[in-house]
Amino acid sequence: MASTLGLVLSFLIFPGLFFTAVMGLATQWIDRKVSALVQWRVGPPWYQPFADILKLLGKEIIVPAGARRAGFLFAPMAGFAAIGVVSTILWLTNLHGTSFVGDLIGVIYLLTIPSLGIILGASASSNPLASVGASREMKLVLAYELPFIIAIFTAVTKVSPMTLRLDGILEYQAANGALLGNVSCILAFIVCILVTQAKLTYPPFDIPEADTEIMDGTHIEYSGAALAVIKLQQAMMLFTLPIFLITVFWGGLVFSGWGILYTIVKYVIIIVIIVLIKNVNPRVRIDQAVRFFWGPVTVIAVVSMILAILGF
Amino acid sequence: MNATKWGFKKSLWVFHLNAGACNNCDIEVLDCLCPKFDIERFGMKLVGSLKHADVLLVSGSVPRRVVPDLIEAYEQLPQPGVVIAIGACACTGGIFKDGYNFAGPVDKHVPVAAYVPGCPPRPEAIIGAVVKLLGKL
Repeated sequence: MASTLGLVLSFLIFPGLFFTAVMGLATQWIDRKVSALVQWRVGPPWYQPFADILKLLGKEIIVPAGARRAGFLFAPMAGFAAIGVVSTILWLTNLHGTSFVGDLIGVIYLLTIPSLGIILGASASSNPLASVGASREMKLVLAYELPFIIAIFTAVTKVSPMTLRLDGILEYQAANGALLGNVSCILAFIVCILVTQAKLTYPPFDIPEADTEIMDGTHIEYSGAALAVIKLQQAMMLFTLPIFLITVFWGGLVFSGWGILYTIVKYVIIIVIIVLIKNVNPRVRIDQAVRFFWGPVTVIAVVSMILAILGF
Repeated sequence: MNATKWGFKKSLWVFHLNAGACNNCDIEVLDCLCPKFDIERFGMKLVGSLKHADVLLVSGSVPRRVVPDLIEAYEQLPQPGVVIAIGACACTGGIFKDGYNFAGPVDKHVPVAAYVPGCPPRPEAIIGAVVKLLGKL
């Protein structure tokens, strides 16, 4: 994996863009199927997300009059590329132990790029509803980043010696058991699940793209392949964020012997928790969401941080 | 059959346009999404934005006031896209055909791919129309 060609291939195919997109779409099918079962329906067939993407690739791309063409079309690509990089870093760390100093900070930074891309694209589309969606997305990012970073740094504090390398966190967990065994990290994990919900813009935090209220908000003007990129990016987020949480809190991905089964179980548990939260909650208002994240969620995150410093 | 066409047939996203309907057809359209009929089995779903849609479901008798909006909505539909006229009013004008503000059924202004008569049409009829249309695409 040291050669440049190997790195480029691992970014483009495995475990980067292509693999993440396929797995993300498969996960999105699980999401839709579980939602359907919760609502007492049958739900779509397994190939449904793939059919959606193929269809969108064949459709016309409409650029609205008055939109900034380049900004409108390239903004979603930024998030798409960023989430591919995150997935590559996480999988290479888990599979080969390839890591670099501070890659945890890099991952946290790159995970905000998709939201940023969506905000830029929506602002460039010259649609008032998209502007409303973009402003809500901005507020949501401001709301959830603080507890998210505090919760991730709880895990960093718990690891001894303290490290910002993902492989350091994984090695500590391999030696001492998963971080989820500690009280502080359970609290931090709960915070991270809530933040994941907001990062995926799933209910109750689907405020930027409220279907019935501002008609898909941030991506109201996207059509065709540009919309396919956004849908792919959301699917890849759905795949990557649980992998990130497993890596930081739950012992990482293990692919030897029974570890394969355990890894899949961990992944499915996180996905099902996310989907169930999505299905049993109504949408909150943006001020309620900000108050929720800066109030109780930040308090829980700070308490978990204090507990971690005290050694629990 | 190429991949995008297969995808199109397997994943129709529907945008619902009320062109002067009495809201009865619209209720029947929403019935299709309910657990009893569950058109997500066929990959269809209701989308919020016209730019995401493949199918424009038009209901209503199209009064004169609505004509420019209907035409603009059709022009905003990304191609390939189809229009389905839901209900007696959208197909022929129904009981409003002699009304003073009646400006023709839907197919006078935009090309229509399928007609679903009925006042209102049953959800089974709407699903049946879409299935027949898929066979023709």
